[in-house]
Amino acid sequence: MSGVAPVLEVRDLCAGYGRVEALHHVDLVVGSGQIVTVIGANGAGKTTLLSAIMGLVGRSRGSMFYEGVDESESELEKLVALGMILVPEKRELFGAMSVADNLLLGGYARHCQGYRDEAKSLVDEVFGIFPRLRERRLQASATLSGGERQMLALGRALMGKPKLLMLDEPSLGLAPLIVREIFLIIEKLRQKGVSILLVEQNARAALQLADYAYVLETGEVAMEGSACELAADPKMIASYLGLAGGQ
Amino acid sequence: MDLQVALLLGQDGLTNGAIYALLALALVLVFAVTRVVFIPQGEFVAFGALTLASFQADKTPGTLWLLLAAGGLVSLFEVGAALRRRKLGLVAPTLLWNLAYPALAAAIAVLGHPVAWPLAFQVLLSLALVVPLGPMVYRLAFQPLAEASVLVLLIVAVAVHLVLVGLGLLIFGAEGSRTPPFSEASFEIGSIAVNGQTVWVLVASLVLVGSLFVFFDRTLRGKALRATALNRTGARLMGISTVKAGKQAFMLAALIGAFSGVLIAPITTIYYDSGFLIGLKGFVGAIVGGLTSYPIAAAGAVLVGLLESYSSFWASAFKEVIVFTLIIPVLLWRSLKSQDIDEHQ
Ligand SMILES: Nc1ncnc2c1ncn2[C@@H]1O[C@H](COP(=O)(O)OP(=O)(O)OP(=O)(O)O)[C@@H](O)[C@H]1O
Ligand SMILES: [Mg+2]
Repeated sequence: MSGVAPVLEVRDLCAGYGRVEALHHVDLVVGSGQIVTVIGANGAGKTTLLSAIMGLVGRSRGSMFYEGVDESESELEKLVALGMILVPEKRELFGAMSVADNLLLGGYARHCQGYRDEAKSLVDEVFGIFPRLRERRLQASATLSGGERQMLALGRALMGKPKLLMLDEPSLGLAPLIVREIFLIIEKLRQKGVSILLVEQNARAALQLADYAYVLETGEVAMEGSACELAADPKMIASYLGLAGGQ
Repeated sequence: MDLQVALLLGQDGLTNGAIYALLALALVLVFAVTRVVFIPQGEFVAFGALTLASFQADKTPGTLWLLLAAGGLVSLFEVGAALRRRKLGLVAPTLLWNLAYPALAAAIAVLGHPVAWPLAFQVLLSLALVVPLGPMVYRLAFQPLAEASVLVLLIVAVAVHLVLVGLGLLIFGAEGSRTPPFSEASFEIGSIAVNGQTVWVLVASLVLVGSLFVFFDRTLRGKALRATALNRTGARLMGISTVKAGKQAFMLAALIGAFSGVLIAPITTIYYDSGFLIGLKGFVGAIVGGLTSYPIAAAGAVLVGLLESYSSFWASAFKEVIVFTLIIPVLLWRSLKSQDIDEHQ
């Protein structure tokens, strides 16, 4: 992955829950303006990887550089303020709050930086991408449908003006048509210069979209390479792109 | 009991009920944001009242030493933590709040001769001394335990309560105090006399509740606090610091507590340990709301105030018994209605 300056560089990352280590010595690089995808079976450690990068899960070892600066010791809040934003697997919406309030809080990290003034236009932008949310803006987010909740989670992340957007299975439980829409949005974000780290069960679709890919197996990087290389790799086809892996 | 007496008792009950309602709101807030059942809430009531009383008696309030000591302790903790993480640059704001601010407040309280000040300024200074204790208590006792279970947090809360009562005895002594009312005015509505302090308590409570509502419903910071209560992980991912949210919740709780103390000080004599019983009645109200609903908690607390007032007329020896027995049917009803109110999100 040469040529592009990395926006995120993770070296020798070990992380886990209590004494159980779920990630072993993971190295990962996301180039600026690229889409990098992480593929792996259930329980391989993909969610743990994103959580550990964000600092939600304790890192027992390793270092992390974001935009060339060592942020290994930085608090989560600081990373968010720097534009590193995660849409977690469980979405973690504020159930009792309205769609509009959820969106508004998406930019909380910039509340000292004139967020008030730009919030309205950002919300409008999100409503432009997801018109469905505009219709439901006063509805409590807990009462949204599964798909609407995904849209809200993604929209809320966009409110934070991500530079590095990490998405944990954005297509989870969505109708195929909406999945395609979400992937289009991801593509568009990349064109706007947002770097994306994408965890996805749908390996085939992810590889079509991505520049570079990592394959996680039981907490370790088993394979990595440019997306087209991996898509053609026989081992990859057998394990992840067979009938079970794609659509 | 004729109508006259009933109305008078109702007036008393409403006055106390308003105070209990404020405390109930604070309890719900602290529990929602930090999962701490804030048993020491009442101590802030006593501290607020006794600090004001000290000023009026031209004494230096012991709260001052408490503030300086707690601030010093917090500063030590923070510098230690910063050294461990090799980031000394970040402690400057903490030191400002925990060393410089208490020192400044102490200087004003000692040199400023507050006894000669108008009441409103004395009240403000009392709040300025007591309120910062809230975040300090959070920093010292609860922040290190942020991930602990509700039960552990409850045990710590009881311990903090005992410590604060002990410190209260140490700094204020055993004798009680009563402060002069905010206004001596009293007037009649129909045939019943309404005294000025009652009006003060009711109006001030309503204003406080109103501003809390605006804060939580209209401001980004208030919404962030609510978001933390709803979903800690979600809040953290938005860049909302749960530590800051915890401190803000404790600060609001301390403010509500101290302000309640200042309001109630002209009505009842407050001792160093009076806070507990007052807080407990707010707690009964909060329980009626399942520690989650603000309006039900407030309504429950007003009900507690009224019940207390009327039962003091009918069976004054049993008034506390009656009030606290109320909690049993409420708990029964709640346990039938809902499954559980803890741990999960
Ligand atoms: N909170 C937790 N406590 C203990 N172990 C956990 C916890 N969360 C995950 N694990 C374990 O860590 C390993 C990696 O889990 P992770 O959620 O990262 O997998 P994943 O690749 O995201 O799987 P999926 O595709 O199903 O989402 C699993 O073995 C899982 O059981
Ligand atoms: Mg996962």
